[in-house]
Amino acid sequence: MSRVVLVTGGSRGIGLACARRFAALGDRVAVTYNSSPPPDGLFGVRCDVTDAAQVDAAFKEIEEKFGPVEILVSNAGITKDTLLLRMTEADFAAVVDANLTAAFRVVKRATQGMLRARKGRIILMSSVVGLLGSAGQANYAASKAGLVGFARSLARELGSRSITVNVVAPGPVETDMTAALGEDRLKELTSQVPLARMATADEIAGVVEFLAGPDAGYVTGAVIPVDGGLGMGH
Amino acid sequence: MSQELFDRFIKCAVDALKVEPDQLTREARFKEDLDSDSLDFVELMMAVEDEFGIDPIDEKELEGITTFGQAFDLIITKL
Repeated sequence: MSRVVLVTGGSRGIGLACARRFAALGDRVAVTYNSSPPPDGLFGVRCDVTDAAQVDAAFKEIEEKFGPVEILVSNAGITKDTLLLRMTEADFAAVVDANLTAAFRVVKRATQGMLRARKGRIILMSSVVGLLGSAGQANYAASKAGLVGFARSLARELGSRSITVNVVAPGPVETDMTAALGEDRLKELTSQVPLARMATADEIAGVVEFLAGPDAGYVTGAVIPVDGGLGMGH
Repeated sequence: MSQELFDRFIKCAVDALKVEPDQLTREARFKEDLDSDSLDFVELMMAVEDEFGIDPIDEKELEGITTFGQAFDLIITKL
């Protein structure tokens, strides 16, 4: 059965890996992107998720082409890493806006159709650092931790309508975002991972595929670590 | 009370609450008779706001509303 899937930030990294998995299953997949369009075969919609009007317009475009979104992967995100003393309020607010408030915008819009359909799957991309903390990432970690409380509240609000809301918390993943950290920082990071390596984006996408699939029908409000053991105990 | 307005209200409720039109009497209680929860109620109010083109209704004003007729009377004051 072909489902309508939306992946925000779906033109690269984890989002693209998710989109490819759904497309391979025969789903109708739309991805939003901000700067770089997705590769051929995916329906790309340019959308800045920090702008509610653009989010609404993107949903309208997707609904016209495919119908209401049944599976939402809220994945778009940014980093502006620096130590607290050097972090401006603008750095903090921008990251929270793009990572947490944007999830609010897309989830709120997506639930319109899901409530009507009396079913839906919402998957929010958090991070191991949301619960573990990370020096130099106070803004990013705060935004990613915020997604947990957001998801769990929605799991309660929407559960009676067969809408599940879950969080995936990846550890270090081979993407453009982590490449920007530099080799030394990456070495340091992987040295703390029990599996002693970074994840591939596809390994994260596999868990997202599971949460969107029929086997996860009774999973909601969960935070699934896909972190090579980095966050154990959190 | 205009029957035409009440009929439009019923149309919203049939859609939002997934009930049959003949269940929607003025005396029908949302919780007990219509099996509606708070989320159903919010969906109904949003549908009504769209249908009648009225501003979002303050949640405080919705306190104490238990029947379909009471909800309709409140909507009327917003037109």
